[in-house]
Amino acid sequence: MSHAHDHPHDVTQHDPEAAERNRLPPLGKRMYAMRDLLVEKGVLSADDIQAEIEYMDARSPANGARLVARAWVDSEFKARLLSDPKGACAEMGIDASGLVEFVVVENTETVHNLIVCTLCSCYPRPILGRPPDWYKSFAYRSRAVVEPRAVMREFGTVLPDEVEVRVYDSSADMRYLVLPQRPPGTDGVGEAELAELVTRDSMIGVTLARSPAMLSS
Amino acid sequence: MTSPLRIGDSVRVRADWPPGHVRTPAYVRGKPGWIERIHGDFRNPELLAYGRDGLPLRTLYMVGFRQMDLWPSRYAESSNDHLYVDIYDHWLESIA
Repeated sequence: MSHAHDHPHDVTQHDPEAAERNRLPPLGKRMYAMRDLLVEKGVLSADDIQAEIEYMDARSPANGARLVARAWVDSEFKARLLSDPKGACAEMGIDASGLVEFVVVENTETVHNLIVCTLCSCYPRPILGRPPDWYKSFAYRSRAVVEPRAVMREFGTVLPDEVEVRVYDSSADMRYLVLPQRPPGTDGVGEAELAELVTRDSMIGVTLARSPAMLSS
Repeated sequence: MTSPLRIGDSVRVRADWPPGHVRTPAYVRGKPGWIERIHGDFRNPELLAYGRDGLPLRTLYMVGFRQMDLWPSRYAESSNDHLYVDIYDHWLESIA
């Protein structure tokens, strides 16, 4: 029998990316369809998209942790981080150009800050990378504003009643980062080691920075 | 706004429910608060969302609220807790 049949071949036999895409849920398929349309219509190039993916992949909470650790050891840097966050990022070689505007809020003995975006999932991506899934969840976005202490307890964070909780709903042009308190028992600890105590969650405000004991265990 | 707001001014968020893309969360509409910070002037995202130029620029304020004012019958945690939302000037009215 010759190979003269005219039915279409299953493209996925020859194209592993297409095979992968066919297994995606509908929203994933739509995302690829929109990407292909944007490229086809010349709105973006494939290189633009790849460059943005690489930019986002290079972001991680390690950037934020470096800012926090420097602020813990250098009070003048801390003052600049609070008054001019983008300038402080530039000083540390952290590219914050992708940020709209940026506010750093400081935890103290008497104030604890928590960040949420109730309208969508605004997040300081150039500093912390992609947000965790729970940050984008309906449960977190709706509960963080009305019962922030209950939400924090679920993350293992119990604050004394006399500590004031300030929730920031970052729904407009500003992005927020929490400057956690330096943990006790870290006198004389070097900046690089301090940075290891600064977690993503502590910079969102659902937890405190880790103690050195937690690190060694 | 007839005159720009200053830090510490008492404000109320307009109790308005327009359709479409709005950047003022529903739970603060109609609520009293105060100007905590002035962030500066930005293109209006409620217009940018429809492909328009976002002009005139709108002043963006950080507005502070007492949690007890936002959720009078629900907030059961601490009477000293606060919440801050960034709100554009056209959503705010000055109160005495």
